[in-house]
Amino acid sequence: MIIEFGHFALILALLVAAAQTIIPAWGAAKRDPRLMAFGEPAAVSQVVLILIAFLALMYAYVVSDFSVANVAANSHSSKPLIYRISGVWGNHEGSMLLWVLILAIFGAAVALFGNNLPAALRANVLSVQSSIALAFLLFILITSNPFERLDPAPLDGRGLNPILQDPALAFHPPFLYMGYVGFSLAFSFAVAALIEGRTDAAWARWVRPWTLLAWMCLTIGIAMGSWWAYYELGWGGWWFWDPVENASFMPWLAGTALLHSALVMEKREALKVWTILLAILTFSLSLMGTFLVRSGVLSSVHAFAVDPGRGVFVLSIMLLFTGGGLALFAYRARDLAQGGIFSPISREGALVLNNVLLTTGCVTVLVGTLYPLALESLTGAKISVGAPYFNMTFVPLMFPLLLAVPLGPLLAWKRADLAAAMQRLIAAGVLALLVMVIAFAVTERGPWLAPFGFAIGVWVMAGALSETAFRIKLGQAPLSESWRRLTNLPRASVGTTLAHFGVGLMVCGIVGTSAYKSEEILLMRPGETKAIAGYELVFRGAAPSKGPNYTEIVGVFDVTRNGNPVTRLEPAKRIYDAPPQPTSEAGIYASWGGDLYAVLGDQQGDGGFAVRLYFHPLVRFIWIGALIMFFGGAISLSDRRLRVGAPQKRSTRAPIGVPAE
Amino acid sequence: MRAALSRIVMIFVGCVLLASGAAQAVTPQEILPDKALEARARDISAGLRCLVCQNQSIDDSDAPLAHDLRVLVRERLTAGDSDTQVREFVVARYGDFVLLKPPFSAATLLLWLMPLLALAGAALILWNSFGQPTRTSSAAPSSGSLSADEQAALDALLRKDEPGKS
Repeated sequence: MIIEFGHFALILALLVAAAQTIIPAWGAAKRDPRLMAFGEPAAVSQVVLILIAFLALMYAYVVSDFSVANVAANSHSSKPLIYRISGVWGNHEGSMLLWVLILAIFGAAVALFGNNLPAALRANVLSVQSSIALAFLLFILITSNPFERLDPAPLDGRGLNPILQDPALAFHPPFLYMGYVGFSLAFSFAVAALIEGRTDAAWARWVRPWTLLAWMCLTIGIAMGSWWAYYELGWGGWWFWDPVENASFMPWLAGTALLHSALVMEKREALKVWTILLAILTFSLSLMGTFLVRSGVLSSVHAFAVDPGRGVFVLSIMLLFTGGGLALFAYRARDLAQGGIFSPISREGALVLNNVLLTTGCVTVLVGTLYPLALESLTGAKISVGAPYFNMTFVPLMFPLLLAVPLGPLLAWKRADLAAAMQRLIAAGVLALLVMVIAFAVTERGPWLAPFGFAIGVWVMAGALSETAFRIKLGQAPLSESWRRLTNLPRASVGTTLAHFGVGLMVCGIVGTSAYKSEEILLMRPGETKAIAGYELVFRGAAPSKGPNYTEIVGVFDVTRNGNPVTRLEPAKRIYDAPPQPTSEAGIYASWGGDLYAVLGDQQGDGGFAVRLYFHPLVRFIWIGALIMFFGGAISLSDRRLRVGAPQKRSTRAPIGVPAE
Repeated sequence: MRAALSRIVMIFVGCVLLASGAAQAVTPQEILPDKALEARARDISAGLRCLVCQNQSIDDSDAPLAHDLRVLVRERLTAGDSDTQVREFVVARYGDFVLLKPPFSAATLLLWLMPLLALAGAALILWNSFGQPTRTSSAAPSSGSLSADEQAALDALLRKDEPGKS
């Protein structure tokens, strides 16, 4: 009964979405406030209805109601509760339901917090946002209904793919979707602006926090996925340039560019047309990501052709919104007034460089991802585009970008003094060179480019801190004065520093683990010892063990360093009960210097095991960097200047004496 | 037609194997005693695609075909082939599809030139934003089609939000 209730709520949501698509926009065109006001209650009821549907499906998973086809296909009664819950979005139908739920939440946020938006803009935004929901609700109800029943109901479900039964992966999709879908608001605002034929600083001021929120979620979502791949897939790779990864990386690149260009638009009224275009493209890339992952076109063009129903539907949605958005853009972009003149050497100029490089990087990833598909469908020729291509094209593009990162925030708007900015970065530059020399001296192997990579990472980190040091006059004024300035810094500025610092830390992690990884693949019999990266590992043997829904063989390695005990690693080979499928659980010892990583392989005839030992230097910095970027975004988001939608609160502590950005 | 069908079956089998999680990839038995030769083998392997997998190199994959290819690469190296000769040998058997870095050819011209074209394109579009007064920039910014009331409301909003600026 609850299931039918959820199904019914979803159909009602579709009807509400249809009404919300038409009525507020019509009201905006007619300048009728009553019609425009329809958007708010509609957006709220839409989110409530979809939430009911979502909770109904979650209920079916929690109580293991196998009369629901979706539950029977993806869950199992022996599964721990957390994975029964995460199982809701661990499959196609449920994940699409989560997709529209988040979409509706973002729409409702405009309805609830958008009181100070111009009424017509808000009405148009709500209509556009709802049209996206309408398309995806239709998609769910027609091709991917999660509420279909089975009769007779099976005794038990088929279970969730065991490699997906993992805490990081349980919450990877919700974050990823909040990122993907969060960009829908930027899209809706862009289309609404094009419908009205004008934008202003208030527009950018509204779009920026939502884009920032989406960007933060996407950052953490991608980082979670990468972390999961690192410890679960069994050899410590953390990024594979896999099309599925690229599908989430492209909106991230475009979204990062959008964040920066919206800044120019908000502060200086410049780059308006470009920002609108970028807003449309960022969400289009999110839609494309959904299409690539959901249509099965990636696994093979043939699989897509064999069962094209869903794929064609998502493709049509993608083409409709991308094409519609771009057509409207082509038609109306001329009407948008451009303002704000600036010279190439200026904050705006730096942000333009950021946008040129990020957009080019994004196009490179796009081409690399889609080229094999396009070539095969056009000519039948099959080629592979893998990591070597992206390392040769994308990575070099990031070098100039990273070199310029510390400069940007130090340049003044309109026209800046490059020499003065460089002067403030002397300390950072010296530190970076020092690190490079030390890296050259200390390391005996690894590519010659790696020390340069470290230097760039340190340059970005130290540069970010230099900018804050300059702002608070560290060393130029008494410490108490610097402290006062620090506490009064706008949070957006602190957020920028943190986010840039995180980027630098991530670069160091990437360089460290890519260039200086150690690896030993060998046969080990109980009692044997192997040394790697200064650690000695003694293999004590392997024994079977039983978990809640799997059996496993656990290997035991005692780790010492210079004779002192460090830790015990227990890598395991698991076989899950349902579906019966083997997975490998790595044994990992984390330290600041890097991760010791042990994988247990198959038993050989003579009682020995195939064993793989790795040392991944600095690898944690990759995810710590991403986490710092996330928190940088969060601090920036808490800046009251960005919270246009929040209730106006008088600041008791006006930041006197600190130049506003 | 039959070829296409068998390819689908192959991909399917590959995916099943891929989904089996426990990556074994290079096994101790495969490793060559000669360290330099083994390092070259690993290097070549990282650039060769496991044909039945989704975007995995034979170095990372535990599919049986990847194992066969790894052994083949090592056999050729032991026989004295250069890196290029090994790659050519594998490509002769399996086609360009096996290379994770596609060769520069007429078919991949756009693939390799696109980053440069995109760089030029993006730079061109954004170059226009430098210092060129556009036709409306002489008017007060953003006053284009705002009514007096709206402008006042907007100004109030901006003022209220930025106490540091006023």
